[in-house]
Amino acid sequence: MTQLRTSLALDADSPFHVAEHHPENGTMLGFWLYLMSDCLIFAVLFAMYSVLGGNYAAGPAPKDLFDLPLVALNTGFLLLSSITYGFAMLEMARNRKQATLAWLAVTGLFGAAFIFVELYEFAHLIHEGAGPQRSAFLSSFFTLVGTHGLHVSFGIVWLTTLMVQVAQRGLTVENRRRLSCLSLFWHFLDVIWIGVFTYVYLMGVLR
Amino acid sequence: MSAADMIDTPHDDHVHGHPAGETHGSFKGYMTGFLLSVVLTAIPFWLVMGDVLGSKPMTGFVVMGFAVVQIVVHMIYFLHMNTSAEGGWNMLALIFTLVLVVIALAGSLWVMHHMNGNMMPMSAHEMRNLP
Repeated sequence: MTQLRTSLALDADSPFHVAEHHPENGTMLGFWLYLMSDCLIFAVLFAMYSVLGGNYAAGPAPKDLFDLPLVALNTGFLLLSSITYGFAMLEMARNRKQATLAWLAVTGLFGAAFIFVELYEFAHLIHEGAGPQRSAFLSSFFTLVGTHGLHVSFGIVWLTTLMVQVAQRGLTVENRRRLSCLSLFWHFLDVIWIGVFTYVYLMGVLR
Repeated sequence: MSAADMIDTPHDDHVHGHPAGETHGSFKGYMTGFLLSVVLTAIPFWLVMGDVLGSKPMTGFVVMGFAVVQIVVHMIYFLHMNTSAEGGWNMLALIFTLVLVVIALAGSLWVMHHMNGNMMPMSAHEMRNLP
């Protein structure tokens, strides 16, 4: 009975189907579906790496190439950027614009540090003659890890764009929605990195 | 959904701007996830770099186990996955994706393993003179 009265009351206020309560957050579900399709891209790249990862073409193997302390450092950067993004979301929920911007900036810096270390690693490998054209193992390695790095790079571009938006327009409903989407994207990339550092680096050194 | 929810949720959308049904998590939740992730990352690196277990297959198995646990930790504490978000559609999409991921990974490995097994053997001399 209460529910019926509520519906009628809302209907009286608005000519639209408010009583049905169509949530405005179709965006979050849609973005989640995008992430799932992105997950499939990475699944295919992981499958490719598992098939080709042992084909060294008489070239260097993971054991000769991978520098685990560097990978651990990179993992730390990405994990720290995940928690600082979380802090930005908490400040956003408290409606504190400057604190949100500050945590977003910290997140971006950790992300940039991650990309910097990864580019250093890639440059080092290519300099040693272990570039993507050396063997099927290295082709698939550069494709998988490079695709992840490209995602993080675009995440940083997106993050910077949103920081400008928030600085100019404040924490509007639109900007909150965008920040929530980027939050999912950023944490999702950290999840993919768990697969990368475990399967590519740690298992590679064990092989 | 109760009548109170029906009134409150749109109200929240406009005043605080939280998209309905979305959880932001809490400081405690994020810190729990972070600390668990640090531990679940440090142990596999320690196991591999220190060669603690002394057996490569065993280490590999344990390390993969830690990765699976850490992915679940991230899903719960950072991505705020639960069975009720978006009326369960989030979880349904995730399960569907996981099924596809398992098929893609296991299928590729299975097919390519047998294809490798059925290739004509190649001598070292032939391999050196590949085009």
